[in-house]
Amino acid sequence: MNKNNKVWTLLVSLLLAVGTLLPRPALAQEHNEGEAKQLDVTAMIFEHVGDSYYWHITDWGETSIALPLPVMVYSKTSGFHCFMSSKFHHGHAEYEGLKIAGEESDYAGKIVETVGGTEVRPFDFSITKNVAGLIIASILLCWIILGCARWYKNRDASSPAPKGFVGAVEMLVNFVYNDVIKPNIPKHTDRYAPYLLTAFFFIFFCNLAGLIPGSANLTGNIAVTLCLALFTFFIVNIFGTKAYWQEIFWNTELPGWLRPIMAVIEFIGIFTKPFSLTIRLFANILAGHAALLGVLSVIFLTAISMPGLGNGAMSVVSILLGIFLDCLELLVAFIQAFVFTMLSSIYIGLSQVEHHHE
Amino acid sequence: MSLLIPESGLFIWMLLAFGTVLFVLWKFGWPAFTKMLDERAQYIDDSIAKAKLANDELANIQTKTAAMLKEAQEQQSKILAEAVETRNQIVEKAKTEATLAGQKILAEAKQQIEVEKEDAIRDIRRQVGLLSVEISEKVLRQSLKTDKDQMAMIDRMLDEIQTKL
Repeated sequence: MNKNNKVWTLLVSLLLAVGTLLPRPALAQEHNEGEAKQLDVTAMIFEHVGDSYYWHITDWGETSIALPLPVMVYSKTSGFHCFMSSKFHHGHAEYEGLKIAGEESDYAGKIVETVGGTEVRPFDFSITKNVAGLIIASILLCWIILGCARWYKNRDASSPAPKGFVGAVEMLVNFVYNDVIKPNIPKHTDRYAPYLLTAFFFIFFCNLAGLIPGSANLTGNIAVTLCLALFTFFIVNIFGTKAYWQEIFWNTELPGWLRPIMAVIEFIGIFTKPFSLTIRLFANILAGHAALLGVLSVIFLTAISMPGLGNGAMSVVSILLGIFLDCLELLVAFIQAFVFTMLSSIYIGLSQVEHHHE
Repeated sequence: MSLLIPESGLFIWMLLAFGTVLFVLWKFGWPAFTKMLDERAQYIDDSIAKAKLANDELANIQTKTAAMLKEAQEQQSKILAEAVETRNQIVEKAKTEATLAGQKILAEAKQQIEVEKEDAIRDIRRQVGLLSVEISEKVLRQSLKTDKDQMAMIDRMLDEIQTKL
């Protein structure tokens, strides 16, 4: 124990020592460029978790390295527009009457058109960073799953179970299929299993992909999670049995005076379920990313406020905390995918009830 | 706040992308997994059931073998006991038979001896009779030379017979 403590102390002091040395060039640069440049942590975090018309990779000195993405816009006044986002020159230029709204606008960071002095948002289906990430993630996911599915060709139940990557994927499929879907949806499992498996793997894959620095934050975007939640919502309510609707509007298991009250509550519940699915996934992933970015920006904040040893020490602390948060996010990536799938299958399972007392 | 407002463009792209992924995986991805998982679970269940059955059968065979062995041993001891009994019976029978035969032979011999003895006695008697007749003839010829003597003799004889009767 004592020996371990000594090793630990030594390690931390070594890291602190290295830390004091490391940020020096950055610090020097900061001083050279002048005190005027302040780090806006909020803007930085928002830029990282939000969507953009560029795929921003890094800043190298003063030049920003970013991939321009195609802009596709339909405006009622000026029709279709389709061009690369590099035409905006990072929001500094207007193109074909369109521009990226400034921070003071209601549509900050989005493409707007000025019609009669007011900013109007055209219908915008541009390939933004998130859309590009979405397409890449979808292709990769299909490729991975189809590749694993090919393993099963020319094999039958008596063949040994797969090893390696296919084995890992099969373990996850087995977990979702046998431990989440089957217990909740004992009847018509085949009808709902493909959706729930796809949802699980899509969320899990996007969660993990989102942790890669520079990648798109897909599951931390409300439009993505809303779309997933609406899939569950429509599956639940379109394929719901008669007994399911009866339990909502006239639950005969309840005393008579309670039934109308419960009907109202249950009716609201139909909509709160997908709403909670949307917010839970989106908020968890967004909060994780924001916390991680916040912790890491401590390095740059302390570089200005307390240069030297303080900054070095804080850098080490922030990196250790960042590593911890990253590991936590790996766990959250799985848990949130699991929770979404679990709740979806519970909702679907509840919509498949049959009358027992008949 | 823009984070909380779903972007319609991204939503449509998401609908498209997720819909495509769902369709592709529904058609070509998941059936391979779920089919295999179901089949493997079934296969494992079947194998366990078969193993149990085989185990039961083995235990059954073992008990059967033990029973058969026991039965065979019982049969063996029974046969052995029977054999001993049969042997004893045979010996006993032989003994009694031998005894009987001996007795019979003895009896026959005795009978023979008796018969022969009687024969011999009869023979001797006849001989004695003949001899006595001859002797008596000779004696009588000498003593009964007269008629008077002859008559006295006859009377005496008659008396003797009478007293005997």
